[in-house]
Amino acid sequence: MDLPRRYKFGLLWTAGLLVFALVPLLMTSRYQMNLAGHILVWGLFAVSFNMLWGVTGMLSFGQALYYGIGAYSVGLLVTRVGAAWFFPALGIGLATAALISLLVGLLVIRMTGVYFTMLTLAFAQLAYQVTLKWRDLTGGDDGIQGIIPPGLLADKTFYYYVVLAVVFFSIWVLKRMAYSPFGLVLRCIQQNPERVRFIGRSVRMNQLRIYVISSLFAAAAGALMAGMDSSIHPDMLYWTTSGEVILMSVLGGINRFFGPFIGAIVLILLEDVIGAKTEFWPIVIGSVILVIVILFPRGVVGEAQHLWSRFRGDSSQRSPA
Amino acid sequence: MDFAFLATQMVSGFSLATLLFLNASGLTLIFGVGRIFNFAHGSFYMLGAYFGYQVSAVWGLPFWPAILVAGAAAGIVGSASEYLFLRRIYGRPHEGGFQILLTYCLILIFDDLVKMIWGSEYKSIAKPPGFLGAVQVGDVFIPTYNLAIIAVGLLVVLAAWWILSRTRAGRIARASAVDREILGCLGVNVPLTLTVVFGLATALGGMTGALAAPLRSVTPGAGIEIIIDSLIVVVLGGMGNFWGAWFGAILLGEVNAFAVAFVPEWSSLFSYIVMVLTLIFRPEGLFAPARIRKA
Repeated sequence: MDLPRRYKFGLLWTAGLLVFALVPLLMTSRYQMNLAGHILVWGLFAVSFNMLWGVTGMLSFGQALYYGIGAYSVGLLVTRVGAAWFFPALGIGLATAALISLLVGLLVIRMTGVYFTMLTLAFAQLAYQVTLKWRDLTGGDDGIQGIIPPGLLADKTFYYYVVLAVVFFSIWVLKRMAYSPFGLVLRCIQQNPERVRFIGRSVRMNQLRIYVISSLFAAAAGALMAGMDSSIHPDMLYWTTSGEVILMSVLGGINRFFGPFIGAIVLILLEDVIGAKTEFWPIVIGSVILVIVILFPRGVVGEAQHLWSRFRGDSSQRSPA
Repeated sequence: MDFAFLATQMVSGFSLATLLFLNASGLTLIFGVGRIFNFAHGSFYMLGAYFGYQVSAVWGLPFWPAILVAGAAAGIVGSASEYLFLRRIYGRPHEGGFQILLTYCLILIFDDLVKMIWGSEYKSIAKPPGFLGAVQVGDVFIPTYNLAIIAVGLLVVLAAWWILSRTRAGRIARASAVDREILGCLGVNVPLTLTVVFGLATALGGMTGALAAPLRSVTPGAGIEIIIDSLIVVVLGGMGNFWGAWFGAILLGEVNAFAVAFVPEWSSLFSYIVMVLTLIFRPEGLFAPARIRKA
């Protein structure tokens, strides 16, 4: 197709939106709608995480912290104070995540490489231990059940459409951000932090900014998940949750904006199919990612685009997102 | 607070510290020499514990040889992992991230393999004969097995220090930390060196796992718990700093032993608090010169 890129992207967006919008209409099973909802929320979480890693080059192993903050804000306020508090709880969750990510961010961005990764992991594990031990507030390892959103939102189909709208809007915002001058600075930080300083931009300031922004969207994903599953548990803050979004990003491809979202789709569908057949799901996904890391570091989306451009005899590679 | 209680906690913290150090020294060795961050190091600890169980409890080999066999087996698996997988991503952009990711995959794979082979219930190894009782010093009872662990730990520290600083093999290992290219020009087989060092480091981890098995029961998730503690030790001491890891381990072991005694409910938090405080105030480690901060 020789349409201008603008239209091509518009087409893809509409197609994606349409697919997810049709899910509740075509499939009568509540289970499948729930699965699609999970894909949307995890997709948002993974895309927001990849703004940190794929775009800025900051591998955080602790985004579960903010995911958990979002989930527990909604869970606690809705069950303890009242269902009407769903939207205020969402706001409070985002505000808490912003505050904590600002404080934690100020500390962690002083570190680079492995140290950054480990410090984010340590903070998330700290929060996980607090959640686990503070039984009076969080219910410990029982988690919180019976989180029913108020009014129309209690209807699963309606809630699904709200999730769809929020997720697509958030991803659109993140995409605009990734291709804005701010996004360009972030990519520069990954490639050559020294030159970012030369052109008069602050590396730390921009790293902090994207850390807070990414954490905000992670919290939003957590809050949406709490309402969708009606239950939350401390494992949402465990380090494997942070690991999950890393796996999704690599699976889809970290150098493409939509890579993590595609990764989320593939991972959740695979988990649904294979997890039903065997309890040894981790070994399957571990081996798949191992092969991808070694042989196809571009991920599913990257390899597909590469093949497509080879197929068209196009020698010039598109610039990485 | 009586003296006997404090002393007992001190000794228990010290033997915990020795186990932490043995495991962390493998982690710091491979980071110091090869700049490889082995997130799966705890999994080799777990593998060692299971190999130890298999060799001593199932096949009936005596305890001490079983420990060595378990360490060697874990080392072989480690070398194979490095040779087959890790080696293929050296020098790639984003290498640090991909190392963490690749070793994360190894955690997932080894955890499940262990579950497939040995099942998910608890396993344990009996303490070796002759180390079942306790020594009494005044009012203080010290289990002899804990003393044995401390002795083994000291022995390994001394041996490792001697090898690293006094032998040709140690010089090569240290040189490959400084400049791999020049080392290659001097006729040293650098990839082989890295594989061997990786094997030794994971063997240390495996041996520690088998050594710890009589004290803590062996479970498939054990690798995850130990890796975070080892990380904290390494961070306290400074990455790649052998002696620093020794002090870091003692600090963490004692903090843990006393936290368990005084605030058992919240004891699991203390390791993280120590790590966070260290990384905030001394990110290069407590015992490292400041210039390597941005390593």
